[in-house]
Amino acid sequence: MSIIEARGLARTFKSRKRTVEAVRGVDLTVADGEIVGFLGPNGAGKTTTLRMLTTLLAPTAGTATVAGADLLRDSVGVRRRIGYVPQAIGQTMGGTDPACLVEEELLDQAALYRIGRTEAVRRARRLTAQLDLAGLDRRLVKTLSGGQRRRLEIALGLVHEPPLVFLDEPTTGLDPQSRSNLWDHIRRLRSDLGTTVFLTTHYLEEADALCDRVFIIDHGVIVAEGTPDELKRRVSGDVVTLRVNGARETARELLSRQPIVRDVTVSDDGALRLNVFNGAEALPALLRVLGDAGVTMHSINLSRPTLDDVFLTMTGRSLRDDSPSAAERPQEPQHAGTGS
Amino acid sequence: MPFIHDTLIVFRRQLRLSLRNPAWVIIALVQPILYLALFGPLLTKLPATALGESGGTGGTAAAYKFFVPGLLIQLGLFGSTFVGFAIISDWRAGVIERFRVTPVSRLAIMSGRVLRDVLTLVVQAVILVLVGVAFGLRAPVSAILLSLGFIVLVAIGLASVSYATALLVKSEDAFAPMLNSVVLPLVLLSGIMLPMTLGPGWLQGIARISPFRYIIDAMRSAFAGHYANTIMLEGVAVAAGLAVVCLWLGSRVFVRENA
Repeated sequence: MSIIEARGLARTFKSRKRTVEAVRGVDLTVADGEIVGFLGPNGAGKTTTLRMLTTLLAPTAGTATVAGADLLRDSVGVRRRIGYVPQAIGQTMGGTDPACLVEEELLDQAALYRIGRTEAVRRARRLTAQLDLAGLDRRLVKTLSGGQRRRLEIALGLVHEPPLVFLDEPTTGLDPQSRSNLWDHIRRLRSDLGTTVFLTTHYLEEADALCDRVFIIDHGVIVAEGTPDELKRRVSGDVVTLRVNGARETARELLSRQPIVRDVTVSDDGALRLNVFNGAEALPALLRVLGDAGVTMHSINLSRPTLDDVFLTMTGRSLRDDSPSAAERPQEPQHAGTGS
Repeated sequence: MPFIHDTLIVFRRQLRLSLRNPAWVIIALVQPILYLALFGPLLTKLPATALGESGGTGGTAAAYKFFVPGLLIQLGLFGSTFVGFAIISDWRAGVIERFRVTPVSRLAIMSGRVLRDVLTLVVQAVILVLVGVAFGLRAPVSAILLSLGFIVLVAIGLASVSYATALLVKSEDAFAPMLNSVVLPLVLLSGIMLPMTLGPGWLQGIARISPFRYIIDAMRSAFAGHYANTIMLEGVAVAAGLAVVCLWLGSRVFVRENA
């Protein structure tokens, strides 16, 4: 069962004679119960796609079914069934009012979904316990720490127990401890409630740690999709670096004939660099081959590509260092949100 | 009806937030008294003819009959046009977007706030009238009730347009000069401070553009005890028309698919 099914979703912004194709035909399929990451440099169409899927922006082309409701014909149906946690840093913040009490935010949010008072109180109590906000009910939102406020914003997206929740950069701006703490909460969402999570992120380690599957968007189209491991393998495979005592040429000859080895190069400092399909499985075989030939080894090292490498290969730029290339990209108009 | 239910949710939230702010409460209560105490005495020396009272005696009673309707409109003009500022900070906090992704009626995001503003204005107007009576205002109760009706319509219209405009410009720096360039001329042209009849013909002609001119005239007519005339008819039509058109314009901004 897929909970998101988007076909050819596109969005064009027109401003003063210029037309910006922010999203140019995105196909997405997300299965029930998945945690999916949506990655892309600034201006790639990430936020625009998210805004279309959450009914904040009407697509100029394409169709989508979100949580069982048609995005174009039944947007209120979509809204009833999804949770949305806006991004907390940028032009607009995460959706909580600094002058509200924590408890009021939760109860007001429940009222918006027509949840009766008694049930709302019960859910608010459960959510504050689950998200480590217990005892903060009567605190003003502006007195919360960054991590607490973010968890409250996530709680607001969950009050109506949606089968699908969209998190726009859930951990941006949080310290490492709050971030890994929030990851645990997100994982528990799926394991305890079976909630499908669709999140955008700037942090590759976040996608790696959290997501079953990753979509990479660039220039308004999906350029790659798969599990983090699949994507890493597709890009460059794993790299084994080894140093042998003497007989380097023999070793090179021998290793390059192994089917698991894609190619062998000799690096400047005399080490052999092997590109292999699956490093963890390749290591024992490589050791055996060299051992049988009587070649002794000085050192061996296995490094696996990071999603950073994937990103660099797919989009031609690093996710973190997107300032020079982002400047060349047309900025999305203001209504598109913070254009990430 | 779902729309009314949604409006009341937003109304309750906004009212609660307003009441939590002591500065807001104090200013709202003191403002009408200040208006009356600082401007009223200026008018008591004007001759009766200047205040539009042909056979009257002038003096305090006439001055307040002239001045209180004007102040009621001024209260509405300033109070309701400035409400937009609050929605810019709500937008920046992400609250507007958060509400737009819930099944709540998108129009209720505006109408709930407008309802809060109308209530605020009615409370302020009642204070103004009561203080006016203490200062020497004598007017029929029906005229006062009718005036409250007028300013409710004015508040609905102006607050809707204020919210919609603010949500479109999304910047206090742009919104403030816009307000200044619209509200002050309207106040001057509406004959709130001084009778328009004191001005030259061309100014009186220009003043006819301001919808508030008609509304004030109708309110003053009621305060003088005249209800069944064309001035009243014009005033009611203009006030109702203003409310309907502005409400429609505002709702266009709030219910559109893209924001």
